[in-house]
Amino acid sequence: MSARANTITRAEVEDFLYAEAALLDDWRLDDWLGLLTDDATYQIPSNDRPDSDPRTALFTIADDMDRIRARVKRLKDVNAHAESPRSRTRRMIANVRILDVTDGALTVTANFVVNRFRRGSPTREYVGHYRYTLVTTPDGLRIRSRRAVLDAAELGELGAVSFIL
Amino acid sequence: MTQGPYIIDDRAAQTFRLNRRTLADPAVLDEERRRIFEHAWIYAGHESEVRAPGDFRTRDVCGRPVIFCRDGAGGVRLFLNTCRHRAALVCREREGNCSGYYCFYHGWTYDRDGRLVGVPGEDSYPAHFDRSKFGLMEVPCAENYRGFWFASFDPDIQPLHGWLAGAKEYIDLVVDQSPSGRMEIIQGTQEYDIRANWKLLVENSFDDYHLASTHATWLGYMKDAGVNIRPPKGLLLPAHGVGRDLGNGHAVIDNTNFRGRPVAAWISIYGEDAKREIDAIREELIQRLGPERAARVAGTNRNLVIFPNLVINDGSSVTVRAFWPLAVDHMRVTAFALGPAEESESARARRLDSFLTFYGPGGFATPDDVEALEAVQAGLATWREVPWSEMSRGMNKTGEQLNTDELHLRTFWRRWNAMMTAELDA
Repeated sequence: MSARANTITRAEVEDFLYAEAALLDDWRLDDWLGLLTDDATYQIPSNDRPDSDPRTALFTIADDMDRIRARVKRLKDVNAHAESPRSRTRRMIANVRILDVTDGALTVTANFVVNRFRRGSPTREYVGHYRYTLVTTPDGLRIRSRRAVLDAAELGELGAVSFIL
Repeated sequence: MTQGPYIIDDRAAQTFRLNRRTLADPAVLDEERRRIFEHAWIYAGHESEVRAPGDFRTRDVCGRPVIFCRDGAGGVRLFLNTCRHRAALVCREREGNCSGYYCFYHGWTYDRDGRLVGVPGEDSYPAHFDRSKFGLMEVPCAENYRGFWFASFDPDIQPLHGWLAGAKEYIDLVVDQSPSGRMEIIQGTQEYDIRANWKLLVENSFDDYHLASTHATWLGYMKDAGVNIRPPKGLLLPAHGVGRDLGNGHAVIDNTNFRGRPVAAWISIYGEDAKREIDAIREELIQRLGPERAARVAGTNRNLVIFPNLVINDGSSVTVRAFWPLAVDHMRVTAFALGPAEESESARARRLDSFLTFYGPGGFATPDDVEALEAVQAGLATWREVPWSEMSRGMNKTGEQLNTDELHLRTFWRRWNAMMTAELDA
């Protein structure tokens, strides 16, 4: 696997991230779960502590795989009122860079703009960067960790992060 | 008044109705600023947020920019963040440690104690200009209870201890979780807006009537994790709880725990590995406080509203939540996690994880509260046609009021109404 990781190109990583973004924009959440490894994590740090560790700082989201599955189950439930009716989202992924390849794992960063639309609410624009750990598997790239860091000084008018950012 | 009273409160007729105008009319917010916020103790910060001389946090307190800080001698101070020359902010960083405060506009400089120590070109001022009279101004009143600092802009306000009334007992139950009596704000701030009237978050923060329907998915998550969420006969929720009036508009729901507590009630979500440490935390409480008090601290949850706009929710974790109206239909919420200062790394991590299962803008419950409050606010546009909300739950009973009744909500509103309708001094 590690040999394969060393030959992954930025274009392959971009294709993977674009495909992930399309699944999330389409609310194909079970398919999205299939992109994650069994030990995957999903984090959004608090806006005022973007570089912190969820064991020592309060986050907005700090999910392990059990919690990610529970989050998806919740979001598919009509009683997840904050996303019922669901938001429409449109993600722009850019500035994709492979920062490091070690032991078969790629450290990847990418900028994002996620626009979120909901009837009766203002358009909300979430801007920031992702930091991924991707691993190669026989089925292709998979996500071991996924951290979305928002640039806004506070969530403020972005309100809640009730969808998968 | 053509629009009728703010509330109809008739105990004999077991009737309590709230005029929806109180939540929707911008004129009411103007009155609240004048009659309530200017004459209340408003939460400003926790002593743990500023530890060393020169530590500071800049924040909005009661609509004013304030520097919450430690002076050179280590005392907590609340300076108004405005230059005595021509008003500019003298500190624009969110937080940090400084040797003093500097107004970059014309270069006036203040030390950590707020003294004006530098005025460029001072010789051009008239002879009566006295630098010692131009120190940073402080909020008129600043007092603390067990590390929680409050400010008031009413110089004649009653002392904080009296103001807090029965709420002190519940703050004590939170602070007693620390062996040294030192709780601390944990780094990382959740700051988010809700497009709703600020008082809707007062109600929501200790309204257990909404739990089963608004938070059905959170209860489902708890159930999936092995927590027993079946309500006992006669209750709407998995455990018994009561609502209490604590005086001066403060109120609480005081509930038997079912949802787990970092200090100290284990649930399956914490994992088998956590059992031993949670048992040890419980044992420390019993040794220090005795079995009865330990059971009170660790076996019950409380959602406390300190009038008018501070909430301390001590449940799956401890959250300190303050909020401020930006408009009649828009508030800014600031929420922190609180924990014992001496907590182990593993207990701290468990506390933070437990916090996120329910609370916060990415939690499994708070986003649905936000949605509920915004749905209320949207509905309130009909306040002229549908002027009254019904808030009489529990009025048919004498004695104990359940957490799913509305006594605690009425307690807030009665104090609010008293302040809004009091004769004001000219």
